This record gives sequence, structure tokens and C-alpha cells, in this order.
Amino acid sequence: MDGIDILIVVGRVVATFVLLLLVTIINVWLERKVVADMQNRIGPLRAGPWGILQTVADGLKLFFKEQVMPRKAEMGMFVLAPFLAVIPAFLIFTNVPWGRPFSIGGREVILQGADLNVGLLAILALSSMAVYAVVLAGWSSGSKYPLLGGVRAAAQAISYEAAMGLSMVAVVMFSATTGEAGGTLSLAELVARQNGTFGDVFPAMDAVLRFVPRWNLIPQFVAFGVFFIAIIAETNRAPFDLVEAEQELVGGFHTEYSGMRFAMFFLAEYVNIFSMCALAATLFLGGWNGPTFEGAVPALVSAVLPTVWLLVKTYVLIFAFFWIRATLPRLRYDQLMNLGWKRLIPVSLAWLVVSMVALGYRSWGLPWA
Amino acid sequence: MAGCFDGGTRLSVLGVAVGVIAEIWKGLKVTGRQMVRTVAGSGLVTIKYPDEFREKPQRFHGRHVLNRYPDGMEKCIGCELCAGACPARCIYVRGADNPPGEPRSPGERFGYVYEINMLRCIFCGLCVEACPTEAITMTQLFEMSTTTRDDAIYTKTELLMDPDGSVPHMFPSDPLARMEELATADGWLRATAPSGVAAYEGVAAWQGTPAAADWAPEPGQEHADG
Repeated sequence: MDGIDILIVVGRVVATFVLLLLVTIINVWLERKVVADMQNRIGPLRAGPWGILQTVADGLKLFFKEQVMPRKAEMGMFVLAPFLAVIPAFLIFTNVPWGRPFSIGGREVILQGADLNVGLLAILALSSMAVYAVVLAGWSSGSKYPLLGGVRAAAQAISYEAAMGLSMVAVVMFSATTGEAGGTLSLAELVARQNGTFGDVFPAMDAVLRFVPRWNLIPQFVAFGVFFIAIIAETNRAPFDLVEAEQELVGGFHTEYSGMRFAMFFLAEYVNIFSMCALAATLFLGGWNGPTFEGAVPALVSAVLPTVWLLVKTYVLIFAFFWIRATLPRLRYDQLMNLGWKRLIPVSLAWLVVSMVALGYRSWGLPWA
Repeated sequence: MAGCFDGGTRLSVLGVAVGVIAEIWKGLKVTGRQMVRTVAGSGLVTIKYPDEFREKPQRFHGRHVLNRYPDGMEKCIGCELCAGACPARCIYVRGADNPPGEPRSPGERFGYVYEINMLRCIFCGLCVEACPTEAITMTQLFEMSTTTRDDAIYTKTELLMDPDGSVPHMFPSDPLARMEELATADGWLRATAPSGVAAYEGVAAWQGTPAAADWAPEPGQEHADG
């Protein structure tokens, strides 16, 4: 590893972070516009063309605002909590490959913050970390509504993390049978195994299946459903936003936060939405896989197209987030718990067993044969 | 949706899942339809204020104005009936005898001091109804925010229209100042309006104000009166 390698690492990490910040700025604006459209309103339109700089304006405003510190707050934790929210949010996305690897001057460059061989585990660990921020913010505020929000966050995160993890297991198990090297938790490898179409798997029906991309979504559709619901709950979005429930908890865990500290929670939420949707696209929708029209278009275009495909898939999911938020009312607390423990976890466990049996049959045939 | 999450349902897991998804889809269709309508341009219910303005109802209760007769005489006779009628007690009037030789109003007395505290005013229009000479009426101007409390107390300088019929604006240089709102009269239903009396059927019992100007007839009326 020489200086150029280090430069490449720094470059791709910076590129990942810049991408994340850019899409977050867009996403905040996009959500306001989409929800405004669904409510027959206009939405932000003053800052920049179509109000696209609204997020920048809001960020600048928050940057210069006073940061109020409640008298009863636990000072250290109160100051630390926003950072605990932002750091895992950014780190989760560093595991997601956002473009096709390419080689330049004999060096392989991956478009990913870091290709961990335990990428999925790292993501699960980091998303569990994120809940500490909410719990600590709620507790350290020294105020009743934030405390309630923090308690809710803890319960909700535990309930839905289990379902999310179980649906990931099904995907990992499925993709273990598709590669030669056996099971993997590396996201880059998981994406590579979704390359091609189902025509490659079933050559007999190639005429039809060649148009069906080899996404994990198709064999693992139940896992996708559970995963999608779980990530909505994990990012504390409507209809699972009991943590910040404006109407009952006056904003929940961030009631006492203002200025830049509040902005960091806000940033973390939107970074999480993007990272989780990108993760769902990576696990179930083939990641950056997609037609690149090699040879038909300039080389630069076909090099950028994989990133575009990932963004398109991610934004379809993000739009679904917005759409659901604009539509569904918030679940009651016991409904949330029931849905998590009595529905999603049994469903994902049952689906895990079904996938296991199906994959075992494909690998070894009937046990008595 | 009832029974989907209560745990006591006898339905199968699959049946519940299908039912829940069907109900959710029903809701998503509503928001989706509204979004398509808004993007297509037909569903929008808000406007780009202050770039665009809504046309207000003709009898909108906006800022007050003290009127003059067409010959330039003030209509206010300083009777204080408006102050008495005001439920918010925001009007202060002090009448004075007309100076001999150069009368300000056709009566004996005129409104020497006339102040309205716009912070207290509830824009009910009772002062307008109480006024025996139609001296005080309302306009369509509603952008009246000020940066100090003192500015919200309107005196005769701001309230009284000029002899040519134009109404002074508190902040004429303000980007939101729209003089046409001040010049647009609310409808003024006469206190003696004989509503329901057969003999007055078809007779316009409505008068546009400020009376110094020539007003268009109200919608539904053939000609303006006043």
C-alpha cells in the first residue's frame, strides 16, 4: 500500500460522504415537495429554483440559532447524543456499494466506503447503535416527553431489529446457494451475485426469464416485505414515528434540542432513510446492477450508469417512504408492539424455515431419496 | 383495519396480511390520486402568496377607513356610537364643535380625535353598523402587521381618506402594500335594510363605499346605488 492507494481510499470515502450529504439535502426538499403535492399544496418554492435550496437555508438558519440547554439536562450526554445519532447514520452507508468497481492505472477502485467481509453484521450493529442516541437524548433532556420518546425508541428498536435481522438472514442464506464461494456477508459480493437474469439460472425458460433481473426480491419477496416494514420502523418514520410523535410527545426525544444539535438529529434521520433504502435496494433490488449499454454509449456514461441505477432503485423506495408517510396514521403503541412481535417476527421466522427447506431441497434433494 | 392488530382475530395470518395490504393500498390510492391531480395542476388549493392574491369576498372585513362626502366634508360627526358599539373597546373618539366659518363636517360637531387600536380590533364590523352617517367603513386591506405596538394604533391621519377619495396607507413603501385593497370597499348593508319586506323587493339596500368614488354594482345588481 503506497501513497496513491491511501489517496484512493481517502477519495472514495470523501466521495461517499459527499454523495450522502447531497442526496440528504435533496431528500429533505423532495419529501416536502412530494407530501405537499399529496396534500394539494405547493411546498417550498422560495429558496432557489423550485425551492431546492430550502434545506440549505434551513441548515444555515439552524447553524446560527441558539442552542438551549435545559437546566435539568445531563450535560455530557445531552451534548453527546446528537453525535451518536449522526455517526452511525453516516457509517451505515459506507458499507453500501454505490457503483461498479473500476480499475484505473492498474489499481482496482471500489465505489464504496469500505467493503467489509461482515458488512451486514456491521450494519446491524450500527443501526442498533443509533438507538442509543435517541434513548440517551430522551433521558438526558431531563424532561418528561423526551423521556417517553426515548423509552419508546428502545422498545421499538428491539422489536423491529429482530424482524429486520431475520429477513436479512433469509437473503444471506439464499445468496449462499447462488455463489460458488458459499455464504457471504459482504455487500459487494451480495450485489455481484444478483448480476444477470433468471434466464441464467433456468436456461430452459431463457426466452422469458432473460427479461427478469436476478434480484433477491423475486425469490425472497416475503423477506423484502418484512425488511421494508422493519426499516420504516427502524428509521422512526410514519406510521411508526411514535418516538417523535409530534401530537402526543411534542417532538419526542428532540423536544429539548435546538439549533445545530437539533439539526444533527434531523440530518441523521434523513441520512438513515437514504442509507436504509439504499441497503434495501442492495439486498433485494440488485444494487447497482442494471443495463449499462456497454459499447452503445460513451464509456463514461456506462461507467456512471450503475450509480444511476442504484439511485433510481433507492429513490423508488424513498418515494414509497414519503407516500406511506403522507397516507397512514400513526400506530398506537400496543399495535406497534403487536405488529412487531406477533406478526413480523413469526412471519420472518416462518419464511426462514420455508426458504431453508426450499434451498435444502435444491442443494441435496429429498432427504429420503 | 379493525381487528388487524388486536391479536384476538380468528382470521388466518394470510387473510389478515391480504386484508391489511388491501386497506393500505386503498389509502395509498387516495394520496396518489391527489398527487397526480396536483402535479397535473388541477388539484392545487393554495396560491403563491404574496406573488398572487386571492380575490376576496366583496364584504370582506378589512382595515377601516373614515369617509368623506363627495364635496370633501368629513362624514364623521363625533357621536361616539362606534366606540359604544365596539365589543373590543378599541375605538376612541372625541368630538368637537365645528370651527365656525370652515366646518369640517356637515353637522354641528366633527370627529376631533379618532383612534382605533388594531391590536384589539376583532374586525366584527359593529362600528360600521352603528355609524349613523356611514363615516366608518371597512376596506379589503388585511396586511397590517407592525414592528411596534404604537404603530398599530391608527389615528385620524391614517384612517381618514384624502379629499380625492384615496386612502392613506400606514406603510406605503412596504413591498406588501397594496393600495387597491384600500380602495376596494366592503359592502355596506344599511342598518335600515328592509330585508324580507315585499315592498322593497328588488330595491338595492346596499351601498358601496367609500362614497366619494364611483362604484361598480355588486354582483347580481343592475346598477350601483349610493
